[in-house]
Amino acid sequence: MKKITIETGVGIFIVCGLLSLAYLSVKLGDVNLFGSQQYPLTARFANVSGLKVGARVEIAGVTVGKVSNIHLNDYEAQVELLIEPDVKLQEDSIASIRTQGIIGDKYVKIKTGGLQEYINPGGEILETESSIELEELVSKYIFEKEKP
Amino acid sequence: MLGFFEKLGDNALYYINQAGRMGIFLLLSLVSIFRPPFKLSPVIKQIYVIGALSIFVIIFTGAFTGMVLGLQLYHTLSKFGAVGALGSAVSLSLIRELGPVLSALMVTGRAGSAICAEVGIMRISEQVDALECMAIDPHKYIMAPKFLAGIISLPLLTAVFDVVGIFGGYLVGVKLLGADESSYFAGMYKDVEFEDVYMGIIKSLCFGLLLTWICTAKGYYVHMQRGGGFGAEGVSSATTNAVVLASVTILVFDYFLTSVLL
Amino acid sequence: MNTKTIIQLIDVFKSFGSQQVLKGVNLPIAEGKTTVIVGGSGQGKSLIIKHILGLMKPDSGKVLFDSREINKVSKKELMEIRMNFGVLFQNAALFDSMTVFDNVALPLRERTKKSEEEIMNIVHEKLSMMDLEGSDDKYPAQLSGGMRKRAGLARALVLNPKIIFFDEPTTGLDAAKSNEIYRVFFKTQAQLKYTSVIVSHDVPKILKLADYVALLHGGVVQGCLTPEEFQLSDNPLVKEYVETTMGSLYSSEMEEGI
Repeated sequence: MKKITIETGVGIFIVCGLLSLAYLSVKLGDVNLFGSQQYPLTARFANVSGLKVGARVEIAGVTVGKVSNIHLNDYEAQVELLIEPDVKLQEDSIASIRTQGIIGDKYVKIKTGGLQEYINPGGEILETESSIELEELVSKYIFEKEKP
Repeated sequence: MLGFFEKLGDNALYYINQAGRMGIFLLLSLVSIFRPPFKLSPVIKQIYVIGALSIFVIIFTGAFTGMVLGLQLYHTLSKFGAVGALGSAVSLSLIRELGPVLSALMVTGRAGSAICAEVGIMRISEQVDALECMAIDPHKYIMAPKFLAGIISLPLLTAVFDVVGIFGGYLVGVKLLGADESSYFAGMYKDVEFEDVYMGIIKSLCFGLLLTWICTAKGYYVHMQRGGGFGAEGVSSATTNAVVLASVTILVFDYFLTSVLL
Repeated sequence: MNTKTIIQLIDVFKSFGSQQVLKGVNLPIAEGKTTVIVGGSGQGKSLIIKHILGLMKPDSGKVLFDSREINKVSKKELMEIRMNFGVLFQNAALFDSMTVFDNVALPLRERTKKSEEEIMNIVHEKLSMMDLEGSDDKYPAQLSGGMRKRAGLARALVLNPKIIFFDEPTTGLDAAKSNEIYRVFFKTQAQLKYTSVIVSHDVPKILKLADYVALLHGGVVQGCLTPEEFQLSDNPLVKEYVETTMGSLYSSEMEEGI
């Protein structure tokens, strides 16, 4: 009888522990147990200042993916995106880097195009708009005012 | 004056000796885990002692840690108008820091002391000698199941601690203080990355190893400690030392692990 | 001595800190015989056993088993040598968390590949030899001191070792209980023909069991003699020891007579 209690206790403990661990890693840690079904795309920007890996990709304010990698390629920022499988992007979609609020996080906003052809997984979004830097805007505004 | 140097040298030798002894102890125990025969039932018994019996303590402390985090962070964040970040703040502090550390400290207090006393009593009642004389390696027989159980139990306990803590924070932050429910969970899902969970798991694995190591080694070498390691008194002082040393080492190690993993 | 010497201690020194306990111990142990080591408390009698078992290393000197040096052999070889040994510790050293049956079965389970059924037969045989039938499921804490010692002896005997060490087999037992231990000892030795090394200070009684007696005094063995020689020895230290201990025998016999 005593032996059964020990084993049952251990069994319950391990199930509780594994469930919690699964909750943490799958639900919170975004581990996709069944393999990533999101498809990759790349986009080149002149400037991605402030954009971080893991930032959201939005279409019309709806999150459709995330930034998986950022690196420098030929003095341009090459950003790799992972997009939900049921979202198709037209060839003439425009990716731009925006800020949530004035000082919020940077995210990638995609404006969909009108063409019938879609970008294949692994392809590139050709049209991009870089981050708008607040400091630049402000200084531009100030200096332009001073000039005349 | 000479007495001072003698004392210093004596102390230094004692601690170097002890460190070396414990190092060899760790090595032998870890090696013995991988040496056949492998028996499951002693490991299960130790998981029961270290893990399953600790779960209520962990749930209790986890719930209250989460609740107090909810309370504190709600007031702090509301000063900056950032109550929306409550979920992320609670879950990140639990997963990265408080979960592994507090679970390890609780397990040290609950199970570590018991392990140390058990091994210590085996030593002073010559049971360890008896094992050696039966040509049974005490590292394999006593230590290996305890080490395995520590390494298996701690991540699981930590995960339970984290989850219970997150819901404790939810109870206080959302239900009691009225933070927005959807932003509590949405913020949490958005801001917690796998790296954070991974960091917590690595930490808890290390702490599990650390606390079983210190507690078993202190018990195993109860007869070699300073000021006489005999009888019940020897075991009690070894247990106290083990719990204090393990707790301090866990906190020190936590700093270094964090700086390496960040 | 025309019997073979199986264990030999040569000039064994051992000290703890500044306290030198063994100061050149020389002791041969004859195969198939019973050697008793006597001496006052704190003289390091148990230490000699620990050296033979390889639990302690001498500061200098040699401990030979079958001409192999116990403190120099590899760990694996030491394990092999220890398979020849059975030990009854001072407090029996039974594992508290296991039943008597599991305690006795432990060496079989860990060191042999016997089936559970064979193990059960052997364990029951040894337990009945010790008059411990029916205590299978008891825990050591539920046993009396004498029963614990007998269970410990059953465990020591379970692998049929060549040499059995008894560390103070009767300490803490009353006269009836210690006689019981001696009776079991006689019975099993007659059956299994093992060499035995007994550390004891139960002096007048133990001499009846002994083939050889060694007195440890001042860190040195004062001769390894037959009991008759021991009682009639000219060595002043042996003489003094015999007189003090035997004296108590005569007085207690006289008291019993009254």
